[in-house]
Amino acid sequence: MAHALLKIEGINKRFGGLHALNNVALTINKGEIYGLIGPNGAGKTTLFNVLTGLYQPDEGSFTFDGQDLFRAKPHIVVETGIARTFQNIRLFAEMTALENVMVGRHIRSKANALGAILRDKKTMAEEKAIEAKAWELLAYVGITDVAYERARNLSYGHQRRLEIARALATEPKLLALDEPAAGMNPSETEDLKALMEKIRHDGVTVLLIEHDVKLMMGLCDRIAVLDYGKKIAEGVPDVVRKDPKVIEAYLGAAHA
Amino acid sequence: MTMALEINKLDSNKKVGLFLVSAIVLAVLPFLIGGLLGNSWLRIVDFALLYVMLALGLNIVVGFAGLLDLGFIAFYAVGAYTFALLGSPHFDIHLPFYITIPLGALVAAFFGILLGTPVLRLKGDYLAIVTLGFGEIVRIFMNNLNAPVNITNGPQGVNLIDPVKIAGLSFGKPLEIAGHTFNSVYLYYYFFLALTVLVVIMTWRLQHSRIGRAWVAMREDAIAAAAMGLNIRNIKLLAFALGALSGGVAGGLFASFQGFISPESFGLLESVMILAMIVLGGMGHIPGVILGAVVLTVAPEVLRDVIGPLQMKTFGRMLIDPENARMLIFGLALVVMMLLRPEGMWPSKRRKAEFDDAKKG
Repeated sequence: MAHALLKIEGINKRFGGLHALNNVALTINKGEIYGLIGPNGAGKTTLFNVLTGLYQPDEGSFTFDGQDLFRAKPHIVVETGIARTFQNIRLFAEMTALENVMVGRHIRSKANALGAILRDKKTMAEEKAIEAKAWELLAYVGITDVAYERARNLSYGHQRRLEIARALATEPKLLALDEPAAGMNPSETEDLKALMEKIRHDGVTVLLIEHDVKLMMGLCDRIAVLDYGKKIAEGVPDVVRKDPKVIEAYLGAAHA
Repeated sequence: MTMALEINKLDSNKKVGLFLVSAIVLAVLPFLIGGLLGNSWLRIVDFALLYVMLALGLNIVVGFAGLLDLGFIAFYAVGAYTFALLGSPHFDIHLPFYITIPLGALVAAFFGILLGTPVLRLKGDYLAIVTLGFGEIVRIFMNNLNAPVNITNGPQGVNLIDPVKIAGLSFGKPLEIAGHTFNSVYLYYYFFLALTVLVVIMTWRLQHSRIGRAWVAMREDAIAAAAMGLNIRNIKLLAFALGALSGGVAGGLFASFQGFISPESFGLLESVMILAMIVLGGMGHIPGVILGAVVLTVAPEVLRDVIGPLQMKTFGRMLIDPENARMLIFGLALVVMMLLRPEGMWPSKRRKAEFDDAKKG
């Protein structure tokens, strides 16, 4: 029996008249790569925002690693162990790549204003550790050569990698990636796939939204399909691929 | 490796040299200015130091954390009134400065949190309007808290505020050393300078710390910052509180230096001037902010001294009222400056790059 890391049940989220998430339930097991697919506007990113605390769900339950995270603030969610990237990359554009990752260490460090002003031994040691860890993560995603570049000047592929490094800096148990392969060419996508497998291998569970169905089928252990805010299918890729409801959602009723 | 070490060594030698030169210049500055130009000019330099402290405080809020605050003078007022009420004949309480100045700073920091809490969800122009209102509320309170119980003495202000006294030496009286008389502006100069240096060190160290990084991250993208685990509420409140702290210190110093305060000194124009110092100097860049504060304090005074005599010399009579002409030229200079160098006189590398990118694309 796989060990459940994240579990949501009966999650509802409405925006005015739009029922963006309708009674969504899903369980992500420790150590798997879990995919979330669905047509545009199906509610994938909304679900992501609920899972990372940016949106407060209307009803439902949300537990992660044994802790109740229903309507928890984003920083609590991160502290508990969920980190994310964004569909439309959101780096700290004017900070260097290194500084971006160092910000990711914020939640795992303690120095307060007084420590920062007095520069006591503990604060200085912590600051050194933050920088060392940031370098380590830049190396992990393979972008140490641009450490001192401002994030906005990085290439698209490097920005995606930097966002992953920044998220990993928070020491997540679950890394949630919102369309990380969007806009990448096939060879960049291959590299990204390798990176995700490395992350999983190193003990981090991965939740992935992606349009590239081929990539998802080859990478994910299990996949859930959202359509109009409802989960219409869940399971191993081969089963989901053949599910008539999924085919209908993607191609329209005539093809089912 | 060896080469890198040598460059490092050279750099630190240069740093030590720069430090020594500036220390000597700052140490003899009052004698140069006081001796050559007179005590009134040294007084202006003292004020420049107060404004440096204020601008550095506001720079934490606006420059680092990116929160537009148009009511910053309120914290200066809070610090000044705390000092004045606890060190004057008004209540006949005479606490020493080493209690009233830290206390004023803490009260100001408390007011910073008081202002920060309701505006946590606001940003940009909305935040500016609310902070503007806050500044005015504090001033109007000072103006009206003389009835039914007289706390602030209303528009008359508080008079005869205690000067700073260190080990029996009162800063209020001229000091006589070996037959030379030194006006109290000399003593205050060194006192203000010491505290300014402390504020510079404080803000510089904050900027280059975990806290400073969090402020910049929040300024760049608050949503991404929250998603990276930053507690936006605490980080914002910390910026307001620490900014107000420096404002409160400057306020206490101002009260003791002037010996008299009234609500008039804490109007909206003062808040705007301090903001202008930051923008003109180079937002978020400590050396730039210091430069901005000094230039904007000294320039109007220089114009005051120059415009009248210049008109008399060229035209033989006063064509424009010197006071009006002074503000006209000053205002024009600000406009021209912002058109030619929108990033400020001495911007940080990061900010300069930001503006260069904007120009290109």
